[in-house]
Amino acid sequence: MSEFRTATLPNGLQVVADVDNRGYSAAIGYFVRAGARDETDAQSGLSHFLEHMMFKGTATRSAADVNRELDELGGQSNAYTSEEQTVYYAAVLPKYQRRMVDLLSDMMRPRLEEEDFAMERHVILEEIAKYEDQPPFGAFERAMECCYGPRGLGRRVLGTAESIESMHVDTMRDYFRTRYRPANMVLAASGNVDFDDLVDQASQSTADWNELPLPAPLPPDDDSQLPAGIALDPRLNIPDATQAYRVTLSGGPSMASADRFAMRLLASIIGDDGGSRLFWDLIDTGRAEVATMWPQEYADTGALFSYLVCTPDQMDANIRLMNDAIDFVVREGLKQAELDQVINRTVAGVIMSSERPAQRLFGLGSHWLCCREHLSTDDLLDSYRRVDIGQIETMARSYLCTDATEVIASAETAQTPDEPSLTP
Amino acid sequence: MGYQQLAASSITIFHEGLVASSTTVFTRDSSPRPLRYAQRLFSFQPGVFALSSIDLTAASSPVQTRRLANGMTVLWQPMPWLRTAAYTFWMPGGVTAELDGIDEDEEADARCGLSALTVEMVQRGAGAYNSRQFVAAEDNLGITSNGAASTSMTGFSAAMPADSLVPAIGLLADQVRRPHLPIDQFEDAKLMLRQEMLANQDEPTQRLMRRLRQRQYGRALGRSAVASELSLESLSMEHVREFYLEQYHAGSSILSIAGNFDEAAVCDAVDAAFGDWKTGSWGGLPAAEPIDGHEHIELPSSQTHIGFSYDNIPYGHPDYFIMRAGVGILSDGMSSRLFDRVREQHGLCYSVWASTHSIASSTDREGNAVPATAAVFGYAGTTPQRAQQTLDLTIHEVQHLCDDLSEDELERWKVRIQSSLIMEQESAGSRAGSMASDQFQLGRVMPTEELEAAIESIQLDQIKQYFQAHTPQSFRIVTIGSEPLAGGSVWSETNEAPGRGTAPALSTGDNDE
Repeated sequence: MSEFRTATLPNGLQVVADVDNRGYSAAIGYFVRAGARDETDAQSGLSHFLEHMMFKGTATRSAADVNRELDELGGQSNAYTSEEQTVYYAAVLPKYQRRMVDLLSDMMRPRLEEEDFAMERHVILEEIAKYEDQPPFGAFERAMECCYGPRGLGRRVLGTAESIESMHVDTMRDYFRTRYRPANMVLAASGNVDFDDLVDQASQSTADWNELPLPAPLPPDDDSQLPAGIALDPRLNIPDATQAYRVTLSGGPSMASADRFAMRLLASIIGDDGGSRLFWDLIDTGRAEVATMWPQEYADTGALFSYLVCTPDQMDANIRLMNDAIDFVVREGLKQAELDQVINRTVAGVIMSSERPAQRLFGLGSHWLCCREHLSTDDLLDSYRRVDIGQIETMARSYLCTDATEVIASAETAQTPDEPSLTP
Repeated sequence: MGYQQLAASSITIFHEGLVASSTTVFTRDSSPRPLRYAQRLFSFQPGVFALSSIDLTAASSPVQTRRLANGMTVLWQPMPWLRTAAYTFWMPGGVTAELDGIDEDEEADARCGLSALTVEMVQRGAGAYNSRQFVAAEDNLGITSNGAASTSMTGFSAAMPADSLVPAIGLLADQVRRPHLPIDQFEDAKLMLRQEMLANQDEPTQRLMRRLRQRQYGRALGRSAVASELSLESLSMEHVREFYLEQYHAGSSILSIAGNFDEAAVCDAVDAAFGDWKTGSWGGLPAAEPIDGHEHIELPSSQTHIGFSYDNIPYGHPDYFIMRAGVGILSDGMSSRLFDRVREQHGLCYSVWASTHSIASSTDREGNAVPATAAVFGYAGTTPQRAQQTLDLTIHEVQHLCDDLSEDELERWKVRIQSSLIMEQESAGSRAGSMASDQFQLGRVMPTEELEAAIESIQLDQIKQYFQAHTPQSFRIVTIGSEPLAGGSVWSETNEAPGRGTAPALSTGDNDE
């Protein structure tokens, strides 16, 4: 069985681990409370831009050294940014634990040099352009902006081309000093981990992390104006899109709420990729390419997303079908057999994904950073198994009957798919 | 690494203890495109959650092999430390089998998507279950399954809690041996294929790579699994029945099983499920017939999407691992040449990569050997004003790989491979997939010790000599974007010397359709 361990370092840094010494690998990560919702207009996109800059070298390592060492230790390493967190992680063989902790900890104190900043700006702009070319062509971001407003939870993780182009390196440095302090961070590990050694090593390598000067807070944003590059039109015209894309967003339980398990199961019953109500009504019949629903939990609130992709001429009819399926659950509830089926599917999914330490790490670190709480795999399984029909029906009444924010992205004039002939 | 896997975005369903990585296969149980709609996590390098995808395998205990009288090869490997089990089942005869007995191009076009349509139809009820009952049976056993047709085979795979393996084998047999093929659902299944075709139009990277593959391998071998307007008009239930009867049989099929299971019980279950299934033959694969030249597809996109390919040696070639180490130095990891020199040093793009792809040898109906074939595929996405520079620099790095190779680079690559081999022991699903892949491409599963020895023995000089002798000279290039690329040393060079590269003309690779 795995063992949960936790420690608080003298500097306030939390260290947590789900230790299972039977594993072939150890996963290690820093979870930082630095996400889009922590930014002001002048900082828009900085959490993510900074994530890239953390690979650009430290006091003792060049950027090339960092990337080289990450590769030298094998395994998988990467970083990602969301609305609430930035995460740096690696899965390595247990013999490399010490070297990886040393490297990741060192990376948390980056150089942030102006020349690197200027170069990486291009990469960020390319990343923004890349997502502009991909379905649903900005509809998720627009739904968040329309629902939460263009600031806070509605702020774009990547920022906008305008905010990135006008960003100054000193703004990033100040943001780093504000966010990357031990009180805002968790060092998490899972799998075949030597926890005592992890704590010892982290105590030494992070000892001076509170010595960063704390910058003065920025003036608040002017709420009377939209941030640069932001629009709030719920209709996006994508001239070259073949399909039409609809995103809706309404409320749900937060990451700390005990209701979250029932809500996940409810969303699964209605909108999972396979075997859900929407699957049988819209996907199995070929009416839509995608028709799905899922909850998203944040620290203090929750969201329920739905996503529908189909041909533009089918959109209205499919929205009606989707709403009918949702109304039917609210009105008629569901049978025990359907709930049992989704619990069985979900529980098996948890068991399967828990076998890789890297996958356990994300749940462990992000949940601890947010809620100072840990559920073991078995606790998690129990939480799903305990959900009853009454709770599901309560969730349906609480969250499926509210008005949702709706955004549709499509071409105003229909496109005809046409691949040119294959000639030399 | 399959290029679609690499190209998949980093979006992921992300709940505590449950991270479902995106999938790209056309399947009934998930969207035909990556699950791009879950929480958007923006990662440092693309393809973040695509764990373990190096086309090598390893094992800590020997792989057992048995051949049933009907031609099915059964492979299994116990991994008693896991709580789960998985299988991969491949029947030769996939997208290219749509061309069996067809001469006219027009008729070939009219059958586009037939193999995928057949996969879809066999998943609409089988044995004692209609399609809803089948999904419920799988859900209640915790089975996550997929079906997909790729260039050379039709495949079904599943992962599950350990206790569900025996019933899962029974359900698999129902699906491939006793599908209902319900005529009243045929039009629905075709509409699903139509959605897939339309989705493909909106994904520039996938569209690009599909097109490039057609040029690299030719119309027949590079054939896409996606339907066309013409085929959606003409495909009938009769085509599906015929395809099913011809291609779904035990002959030359592979069933690989990995995870925590009782060997005797599983062998009995396999015998009961498949022992009396009919056998059959496989008509092999068409030969590669590359289409030379470059192509631009106009699209008012934010980025110019650049795809390139060149001829390569296939998995199983004596120099394969030497070549693969070179491509690894070029593109595996954050210190690789392309990531470091194109992205990190010049800031030209977010995504840039190259990967190997091979297609196994086969024998055609007349008994002629069709050699294995292979290619390297590469991609870079960048804004139009920097596209030419990106292409030129990327191709330059490919061509000049051996100019300044260092021991460090090779050592890093070796550690990466060794780590991934060991970490594969944490996943029954990836293990079963690797075993099937080895068996299909090599006719055997390479033992761990042999593989480790092959990797360990690679010397830098060998890589240097290999790439000096086989410097890619001729590239096939497809771009999608607002403007075609023009001029530039690479383009003029290849335009003057069209035709095959200097590497042996081989190609393929499968299971990443």
